[in-house]
Amino acid sequence: MSTTVENQTTTPQGPGMRFTSKAANYVDERTSASTAVKALGRKIFPDHWSFMLGEVALYSFIVILISGTFLTLFYDPSMTEVEYEGSYLPLRGIEMSVAYHTSLDLSFDVRGGLLMRQVHHWAALLFIAAIGLHMLRVFFTGAFRKPRELNWIVGFVLFVLAMAEGFTGYSLPDDLLSGNGLRIIDGMIKAFPVVGVWMSYLFFGDEFPGTVVIQRLYVLHIMLLPAILIATLAIHMVLLVVNKHTQFAGPGRTNDNVVGSPVLPVFAAKAGGFFFLVFGVIMLIASLFTINPIWNYGPYDPSPVSAGTQPDWYIGFADGALRLVPPGWEFVLLGYTWSMNILAPTIVLIVFLVLVAAYPFIEAWVTGDKREHHIADRPRNAPVRTAIGAAGVTLYAVMWAAASSDLVATHFKLTIEGVITTLQVLLILGPIAAFMITKRTCLALQRKDREIALHGYESGRIVRLPGGEYVEVHEQLDDYERWRLLDFEEYKPLTVRPNPNGKITAGTRVRAGLSRWFFEDRVMPVEAKELEGAKH
Amino acid sequence: MATTPAGKSLSVVAPQEDFDPGIAVVSTMSPQNPGLPPEHLRVTDLDPKEEKKAERLIALFFILSIVGSVFAAVAYVSFPIVSGDMQSVRNNNLFVGLGITVSLLGVGIGAVHWAKSLMHGHELVEERHPTKGTDEERKTAVEVFSQANKESGFTRRSLVRNTLIGAFLAAPIPAVVLFRDLAPAADPIAKMKETLWAEGVRLARDPSGAPIKASEVTIGSVFHIIPEGLAELEHHRLEEKAKAAVLVMRLPLDALNELPERASWSYQGIVAYSKICTHVGCPVALYEQQTHHLLCPCHQSQFDVTNHCEVIFGPAARPLPQLPLTVDAEGYLVAQSDFTEPVGPSFWEREL
Repeated sequence: MSTTVENQTTTPQGPGMRFTSKAANYVDERTSASTAVKALGRKIFPDHWSFMLGEVALYSFIVILISGTFLTLFYDPSMTEVEYEGSYLPLRGIEMSVAYHTSLDLSFDVRGGLLMRQVHHWAALLFIAAIGLHMLRVFFTGAFRKPRELNWIVGFVLFVLAMAEGFTGYSLPDDLLSGNGLRIIDGMIKAFPVVGVWMSYLFFGDEFPGTVVIQRLYVLHIMLLPAILIATLAIHMVLLVVNKHTQFAGPGRTNDNVVGSPVLPVFAAKAGGFFFLVFGVIMLIASLFTINPIWNYGPYDPSPVSAGTQPDWYIGFADGALRLVPPGWEFVLLGYTWSMNILAPTIVLIVFLVLVAAYPFIEAWVTGDKREHHIADRPRNAPVRTAIGAAGVTLYAVMWAAASSDLVATHFKLTIEGVITTLQVLLILGPIAAFMITKRTCLALQRKDREIALHGYESGRIVRLPGGEYVEVHEQLDDYERWRLLDFEEYKPLTVRPNPNGKITAGTRVRAGLSRWFFEDRVMPVEAKELEGAKH
Repeated sequence: MATTPAGKSLSVVAPQEDFDPGIAVVSTMSPQNPGLPPEHLRVTDLDPKEEKKAERLIALFFILSIVGSVFAAVAYVSFPIVSGDMQSVRNNNLFVGLGITVSLLGVGIGAVHWAKSLMHGHELVEERHPTKGTDEERKTAVEVFSQANKESGFTRRSLVRNTLIGAFLAAPIPAVVLFRDLAPAADPIAKMKETLWAEGVRLARDPSGAPIKASEVTIGSVFHIIPEGLAELEHHRLEEKAKAAVLVMRLPLDALNELPERASWSYQGIVAYSKICTHVGCPVALYEQQTHHLLCPCHQSQFDVTNHCEVIFGPAARPLPQLPLTVDAEGYLVAQSDFTEPVGPSFWEREL
């Protein structure tokens, strides 16, 4: 069970190896690279399809860096007004900013320019989608538990940075659609008490839209945010190596080992190959499918707008939250205007994001568990956590759906008022229903697992016994299969106990209450004794 | 709800350094981990022919990748962009893209297939250790810190330490003022309360800037309006437009339900309202002719033009501001004055 990493020390042979060994020697004598190779070269990475989601995020980020660099060679962020003279006929003679002009030029007058723009945009969408799914994987498997809470925070920061990168980049072409997006941001900033007007004024360098905001967004988009993002990503990777990857329960896998493939050669080949697969798929999508056809929208102008305007998908939840506010949520107090129609959804979004970031610490406090956890939970084995996650996903999904309320109404021939009212109700009831259904489903699945582990699965084969009785034969699992169903931890609700001073604090009561809520309903893991009993 | 009698076979593990006492429950009666399953040999491990086949297949993918790279370069030259011809842009995008796709996927599929079919296949095990340093390392670290503290007097010389912290806290002060000149010196709040509209300014069509006569506004029609002279502005054209854009509609007189104090703001059923949504500032560009409702396409706020543009649905809180209008001697529509309230999204100092 506890075999260690094999060390295969073979002497290099053949002409190819002779050159490699000389080169390796040259490098090592100048960098002591052999230390790193020794430490990391045969490091073990466990295998599971869901572990690839983070890789997809990492690789699409590399694709973003490559394609984005190409775009900077042709794009000019100036907001100076010029007349369009490029090769897209419908816009000829129209006044537009240099930023929009160069975005059109790199699409229509640079070979491969449109391709790179589409690669960049598709990769950005995939980047944020992969981060979101990766976060869900980490959440639902409890992979954020000690010692990985800090890396959860680092990852959360990456998620926020990715959205900021997405939004700043989305605004750069200075087309009508993205300009309306900026207008919405401007309106939201202005609603903030005390500082709102000044923040907007300083950010736009004048009244909206001003003549500098695109340059400022450009600096953020290609310098400041990527620098912070890359640094944060580096911390994320270092902590990944230090903590080693989690693994799912399985035969031979314990909390004290990691079972999988070594970096060299198998993991490197798989992961390196996977980078090319991700890049290749993005390239394929970019060659076949148009994304963000800025030439259809025209240059930014505060007056026109098209019906069915939508933000990119990852901003949708914020836009949807704005749409769900009922009329009239604004009041004047002491002469100042309180725009609760903007502040309320903003507060909801911030609280939602803070809860996401803080969840590992909340759960650690409730369970009081200070052990290290390296076995990823199956979601069903942590019913309340899974139910909380499902409720959060539902809340997000309702807000996201609200961002398309107008399109939902037109496509399904409904009234916009009906769609919004339904979503308002769902915003409250949806998460509650999702919580209850998910928790019950998890408990049911746990019971099923227990049944299968103890008594095997139904084979579908009906046998008639000599006495005339019909029974269905149950097939037993083998020990390896069964172990996957058995290996999980059980928690019990905390009891209220006085502290060393003999007092029961309010904190203890809250904690005990939350713990009861978490663990009152539970299915216990199978014990060895039960297993013995079931076999006979 | 526990499905087995709890307690008996479970014991609370004695408090350890890594445990919070009395909370983590570990079953001492849990079944045995069966250990790693026997190695599963792949077809390439068993059959040298299959191994050879896999090798050839992988090489084929790599060759395909080379073909894709060359094809992309050829496509770059043989599908040039012809100015004004969108089909040529599309072809260039498609064929260069497909070439690079084959180039990338060839490497990717080849490498992954190599790893899965030929590289040493069975799983290896690496031990984990607690994340924290060993006791010795931690002891040394503590010693380093206490030594550094002793040598510097960081905790002993509290005056030095506290003034240093103060200096650090004060350091960002220049940064706060440095950002003031991101925007001009003028007060933004005053600017937000005025637009280009003033007494006698003609209503002009957006974007042409041609003035419009009252007789041209027929019942049921809607006009996108800017103040005359805005289209010719050299500077701040978009900033002014973002405040001054107006919608002009003519309603049947019996449908128009005007506020008494605004009775003189319309002309024969012609009314002008700010086009900038009072929610977050999108243009309220959709006019429903039959119901006389205005709809903002961004967040679906709806305004009832027959009732001084009050909010009837959606997140907006305030009616759209009305521009008082009349006609001049030549019959052109003109403003009576500027708006009587700030246009666009709400802000903190709006009512001051």
